[in-house]
Amino acid sequence: MTKAIEAVDVAGLHKSFGPTHALDGLDLHVGSGEVHGFLGPNGAGKSTAIRVLLGLLRADSGTARLLGGDPWADAVALHRRIAYVPGDVTLWRNLSGGEVIDLYGRLRGGLDRARRDELVERFELDPTKKGRTYSKGNRQKVALVAAFASDVDLLILDEPTSGLDPLMEEVFQSCVTEARGRGRTILLSSHILSEVETLCDRVSIIRKGRTVESGSLAELRHLTRTSVTAELTEPPGDLSALPGVHDLAVTDLAVVDPAVAERRGEGGPGHRVRFQVDTDKLGAVLTSLAGAGIRSLTSTPPTLEELFLRHYQDDVRDDAGAREGAMAR
Amino acid sequence: MTAAAGLAAAPVTRAAGARQLAGTGALLRLALRRDRVMAPVWMLVVSGIVLAMPGSLESVYATAAERSDAMESMNANSSMRAMYGPVFGDSVGALTAWRIGCYAGVLAAVMSLVIVVRHTRDEEETGRQEMLSAAVVGRRAPLSAALLAAFAADAGAGLLIALGMAGRGAAGAFALGIGVAGTGMLFAGVAAIAAQLTESARLAKGITAAVLGTAFVLRAAGDAGTADGSSPLTWLSPLGWQVNLRPYAGERWWVCALIGGAIAAQGLLAYALAGRRDVGMSFLPTRPGPARGRIATAGALALRLQRGSVLGWTAGFLLAGIVFGGMASGAADLVGENRNTRDIIERMGGSGGLTDAFLATVTGLFGMVAALYVVASVLRLHGEETSQRAEPVLAGAVGRLRWAAGHLVIAFGGTVLLMAACGLGMAVGHGEDTAAVVGASLSRLPAIWVLGGLAVLLVGACPKGAVAAWAVVGTCLAIGWVGPALDLPQGVMDLSPFGHLPKLPGAAMDWSPLLLLTLIAAALVAAGLAGLRRRDMTTG
Repeated sequence: MTKAIEAVDVAGLHKSFGPTHALDGLDLHVGSGEVHGFLGPNGAGKSTAIRVLLGLLRADSGTARLLGGDPWADAVALHRRIAYVPGDVTLWRNLSGGEVIDLYGRLRGGLDRARRDELVERFELDPTKKGRTYSKGNRQKVALVAAFASDVDLLILDEPTSGLDPLMEEVFQSCVTEARGRGRTILLSSHILSEVETLCDRVSIIRKGRTVESGSLAELRHLTRTSVTAELTEPPGDLSALPGVHDLAVTDLAVVDPAVAERRGEGGPGHRVRFQVDTDKLGAVLTSLAGAGIRSLTSTPPTLEELFLRHYQDDVRDDAGAREGAMAR
Repeated sequence: MTAAAGLAAAPVTRAAGARQLAGTGALLRLALRRDRVMAPVWMLVVSGIVLAMPGSLESVYATAAERSDAMESMNANSSMRAMYGPVFGDSVGALTAWRIGCYAGVLAAVMSLVIVVRHTRDEEETGRQEMLSAAVVGRRAPLSAALLAAFAADAGAGLLIALGMAGRGAAGAFALGIGVAGTGMLFAGVAAIAAQLTESARLAKGITAAVLGTAFVLRAAGDAGTADGSSPLTWLSPLGWQVNLRPYAGERWWVCALIGGAIAAQGLLAYALAGRRDVGMSFLPTRPGPARGRIATAGALALRLQRGSVLGWTAGFLLAGIVFGGMASGAADLVGENRNTRDIIERMGGSGGLTDAFLATVTGLFGMVAALYVVASVLRLHGEETSQRAEPVLAGAVGRLRWAAGHLVIAFGGTVLLMAACGLGMAVGHGEDTAAVVGASLSRLPAIWVLGGLAVLLVGACPKGAVAAWAVVGTCLAIGWVGPALDLPQGVMDLSPFGHLPKLPGAAMDWSPLLLLTLIAAALVAAGLAGLRRRDMTTG
């Protein structure tokens, strides 16, 4: 086969804990050298999938390949080539952070000493403190330093930045970018959408143990909708009849007291329309709006958050629309 | 008046003390709810070993004359006094108090220390206390709730003893119950103080256990020297107070005031400490560690994690070995022709010379205590797994067997160290028969390993039930401890692996049970490891 080996190649993975189906036919494909976002609501099965990839859990059925090997049978050999950061790092109370970093590095078969020291510096970590005395964010830093300083092919990061402050979040992002530059593959499970948006080449969204969306951000964006809020001087006509328009809301602005209108940021009598439109139908809809006399127009491109929310919960779209409206003001 | 002033004024109207205790009731209910199985089981065990005693004593000493005879010969023997304390009377009640009272007190003390540390330092170490303290919970409420929970368990055990023994004299029954409950409460106080001093629940329990061990040794040393409990060493030990309460032998009620006063003083000290420190912090500071680590393998990590406890146990075994070895020669003080006494000693596990019998009994006790070590050490593996600390280690290039082996080498190797230490200690204290004494000590190992192997099997094949290892070892200890005195049928005695070992020194050496037990232990470990390899790791 000429196709390069995928770093993570999971197909139809099932895993149950008693009556709970944690994984229900999960597919996940991470190409070598890419930064892959792994998204999904709490309890969607992200951590279970990662633990299967780490050989800590044995899948009930389906296939899982990690760097071309079997994550259960070849665990030890594979683990020399991967680094893992859990979302909730627990340390031994009587070992210092520095000792733990070096231990993790050695257990993976190698730590770049210079990079380790540089990372300790950049993450502003005091490596002499004992495990018990670190805060949540500092415990994460211990695991992150050990992961980024390790000489490995694949980094598996499970909500790695929980508890990090914004400055450290930035350090984390530059570390991911550097690792990517060195040709590392990164599987990043995260709830921080800006992080995913900035870092990831491709994302997979899972829900209830199943993959619901997977692709590059550009591909996913294309599938989603743009939010539009406009104030019109004339009635807009029957916008809902146009193809691709969803969740249309029209507000009559005529009766409002000027002071209230001022406070609300409304420009006077008229009509406010709010709707979402399939991105490829945007042009036709705007043409139609122009006929009604556009006084102001806000168009928000689809964010990952919207995309995300659409998959997390079926009935949140209206709320998302309302929030767009609030932001436009 | 503004609303803000009204809010600020409200707390001032309440007494400062009441505010510090706010929420005690709710926390106590939480503690009782969490202990709803553990505490009653402990109470039944503590009272059960006492209440089982009179019947067996009556079957051994049917007449008053026999009891009187036994009492005199027991009291003449410094080794027996060291083990059980002086005998103050020849009634069945007095003999019961002598034979088991002190040990019931020790068990009550262990129960109390577990309960107190579990609801104080454990809660802080895990961070759960933070959320509780953010509610309407006073600074001293957690300690109060923990002490009340422990006191309730102690009082319950004491009450069961008093009610069960009341038929043999109400005053003695209550003195015995108060003595056991009081000892438990005293060590609840010790645990309460230890929990303020250290940041680690494990260390707080260790400190309290060390105080308990010291108290036992002081009492043993004092009673070895005097026959009436009047030695200053005995009076230094809280366990000696329980002895000196003299149930069924002219109860000295004023000793209750001493016990009560000491409990109150400890409580006040613990409260003072608790009120002066931050939640989660301690008076013994945490020192910084090295910026770079040298631990390179899972085995080295396991050694690092367990070395403190191995060293502590070894030191304890060595010292206790020296103390008990020193008492051995006193065993020969006994008038040799007294049949009943010989019976008793033979029942306690010896056969042959009285000194050998004494050494064999003590060696047997050490072996059973070492079983506690091996189970605790094997369960560290389980603790690492359930605390999620094993996960990143196993995400490294470490196979499960290597990871487990690191801890098991320490668990099983540690037992060799422990038994060698107590054997050497006894040989030093005794001053002769070094090879025989050390050999006897090491001969207990196969039985210890079987219990350790059972723990490995549970951790490997059935991790949800891993703590059942404690129940197994507890049952074996109970069989070995009170079984001979209770005349349990041989079928029951055989359930404990210790029952199959030759009673060394003294008895003829028999290798076959040792080899068989070692094989069983190896099979259990192998089965446990096979299970560990196949199963899912426990996740959070």
